[in-house]
Amino acid sequence: MKHFLDITHETCPMTFVKVKLMLAKLGKGEQLEVLLNDGEPLENVPRSCEEQGYKVLSVEPRDGGQHMVLVEK
Amino acid sequence: MADRKVKKDKKNISIVCFSGEFDKLIAAFTIATGAAATNRQVTIFFTFWGLNALKKNQGRVAMGKSVLARAFNFLMGGFKNMPLSRLNFLGASPRLMTGMMKQHNVATLPELVEAAHALGVRIVACEMAMHILEIEREDLIDEVQDVVGVATFLNDSEDAHIIFI
Repeated sequence: MKHFLDITHETCPMTFVKVKLMLAKLGKGEQLEVLLNDGEPLENVPRSCEEQGYKVLSVEPRDGGQHMVLVEK
Repeated sequence: MADRKVKKDKKNISIVCFSGEFDKLIAAFTIATGAAATNRQVTIFFTFWGLNALKKNQGRVAMGKSVLARAFNFLMGGFKNMPLSRLNFLGASPRLMTGMMKQHNVATLPELVEAAHALGVRIVACEMAMHILEIEREDLIDEVQDVVGVATFLNDSEDAHIIFI
């Protein structure tokens, strides 16, 4: 099952916090699409997911400096 | 994504929260939640003025047995009476600052505290400061996991960065 989280209106540290808490709720194998801004969130959210042992399947640029990151738990 | 450095063994973060001021609490809880969300074990050790943030009763209440302790606790108040460390304007500033934070989509102090609890940030209270201020364990919020002395805190923080706020 694919879930979606938009953190483009969040600021540090809630960007990571929301992703971490959302991923904690998912079951193994479930996917989460995260829409985020470039800069700090793009730099750190995918890395933070990988550190927890989750797979970052793709990072795709979107309009307006936003990116869609697909993570599998 | 091969260039993304994945660090597995991260240092723990131990924050000594000595201050009971609104802006310094924001700093403490921002570091705590940011660290916990990026996979670090985080402990906040609340001492002296910092204990005000942990009082179950968030307003001004005289607690303790001695006249001085009751006066101090009443005057310091709790979570809702914390002043800004500068430009407090008789207590109006924390409300003004919270409004500015909301306007800029920055998490407010209560939101940061809630996130810290959800992320499993360990909250401990200083035994010695509680003795001085005559604050009992049951006067503090349930999220306080332990009441400890400085030796226990330092032992627990042996492999951690210690940050004093």
